[in-house]
This record gives sequence, C-alpha cells and structure tokens, in this order.
Amino acid sequence: MLQGMLGRKIGMTQIFNESGECIPVTVVEVGPVTVVQIKTLEKDGYESVQVGYQPITKEKHITKPMQGHFKDTAPTRHLKEFKVHDLSQVQVGQSFDLTIFSEGEKVQVRGLSKGKGFQGVIKRHGFKGGPESHGSRFHRSPGSIGNRTFPGRVFPGKRMPGHMGAEMVTVRNLEIQKVIPEKNLLLIKGAIPSHNGALVEVRKPKTP
Amino acid sequence: MIKPLIQWVEQSQLRTDLPPLPVGAEVRVNYRIREGEKERIQAFQGVVIGKHGGPKSLTSTFTVRKVTQGFGVERTFPLHSPSIESVKVVRLGRVRRAKLYYLRNLSGKKARIREKKNA
Repeated sequence: MLQGMLGRKIGMTQIFNESGECIPVTVVEVGPVTVVQIKTLEKDGYESVQVGYQPITKEKHITKPMQGHFKDTAPTRHLKEFKVHDLSQVQVGQSFDLTIFSEGEKVQVRGLSKGKGFQGVIKRHGFKGGPESHGSRFHRSPGSIGNRTFPGRVFPGKRMPGHMGAEMVTVRNLEIQKVIPEKNLLLIKGAIPSHNGALVEVRKPKTP
Repeated sequence: MIKPLIQWVEQSQLRTDLPPLPVGAEVRVNYRIREGEKERIQAFQGVVIGKHGGPKSLTSTFTVRKVTQGFGVERTFPLHSPSIESVKVVRLGRVRRAKLYYLRNLSGKKARIREKKNA
C-alpha cells in the first residue's frame, strides 16, 4: 500500500460529530495518482515509488525529456516519490486513490506555507518587545545582538528580522475525520500549511 | 472550483427545520445537554442580539441575551448544530440595528424592545 499521496488544499470549514461537538476541519482533494516509476534497490540504491498527480491533456505542455519519462503512462503535472511496504505488489501504470487512508487515522501534511514577507523579530521569532507607553522608547526592536570586543562578532544563527513564510512546513499528528471517495475528499482535523488551492502532500507517519 | 466543494461538504449538515430568527426577537432555544450518560434538554430564553456569518454558511452562529437575577447572560449557539433540539420564536421585536449590543449598557425599563406588530 502506498504510504502517501498528493492533493490540493480546498479550504476550511467545520463539521458536527455524533455528540454534537463542532470540529474544525480542512477539506483536501487527494489523488488519484498513478505509478510512473518504481525505484529498486539494485538499480537506484533505495526502494520507492514515483507517482504522478493531475494529468496533462495538451501535448505542448510536456517537454521532450518528460515525454520520454512518461512513455509507459499518461503524463502528469506533478511527480513525487513515496514509500511502499511491499514493492512486488506495485506495477507501473497502477492507480491509487484516497481509500489508502481510513477514518480516525493520524497523518502528516506537508505544504508551502503562506509568505509573510519581511517581518520583524516579534512576529518572526516571538520576541516579547518592550512597553508600548509610559515613557518607553523601546517598542518592537530586537535589542542587543551580542557582547563587546569579546567575542567581537555576532554569533551565527542569531535570530533577527528577515523573510518569513513561503517555506515547506510539515504538520504531524493530524486526524482524518472523514473520507469521501466519490469526490476524492479528505476532511482533516485542524489547519494545514499553504494557500487554498495549493499542492499538498498527505503522508502516513513513518512508524505506524 | 474551490468554493463549490466546500459548499458540497457543508450542504448535508445544514439545518432547514429551524424558523427564521430575526434580530430583536425573543426566542426559546431548547438545547441538548449531555451529563455523563444521560441527555437532557435545557431551555434558554432571551433576545437575539446578533447573528454572525452568512445564513447559508455552516459556521454561522447567533447570540441570545437574557437577564437572570440582575445579571446579563449571553450565549452563542451554532445555528446548524444538531444539539439544538428546537427553537421557538416567542415574539418579534421592532429594532433598527443588526447588532443589539447597546442592550448591554441598559437595564430595567430602558432595556425593553417594542414588539413588531402585523409581521
């Protein structure tokens, strides 16, 4: 069984469970994906399965090198490798859908977080900042960034203002609330990284 | 293509059996409460002082205010919650605001709302 799948974040809403509690969920459209390449220990040095997501219909959108890569299967927009427990049960061209996931299962979701631009230390690193008033002239600045002649430099890794967001973020231990196979939708409890409509990766944890 | 999918997910859970709850109306909300194993129904009667979120959205809520022993109590209910057993509109009120937050600063005779006749 495939250990993960590509999908698209749809957005957030809420559902009510049997006891009437309101649960915040993210709707994710997941799969179906087709197996494009199987990586074996003998040939590639590790075992993995490369799958494709979202078929490309127009031939002009596929470059010549990629046409060669897709010579046995339908071309797709996104490619990603996932682990499989038993490689002998997978063939090139085989297709998987979201029924590899079950309700109540814990998954990890990986996506490109929303870009926040150039941010100061309070938003970016959670610094406390100073008092807003009562004569204070120290508000949101980072403060001192080191000592004096000794050591005479700023240590590497010092937390300072800079670009925030737009990086790959993994959120673990998210519970699947509902699997809707007819629309390829997963309802995952809580928030996941990325914009609505962006590509995300839903994966089972490494050790079950 | 994104919004229809959210609406599709929400649609099966929307409640259509409740009466319209205009702001200013006095309503009686019968709410299911779980106490361990047992389930009982608790009534909360007061004035609707605000509605939040669109009427077709599953996430929409409404706030009911009542005054008990001199203390104002406000409770916000999810409009489409299955825990709401039923809602009864006791009387309609004539108001000129969408949010009746000004009632919080008033008490006694000033906090009354005129009844809406010939609705």
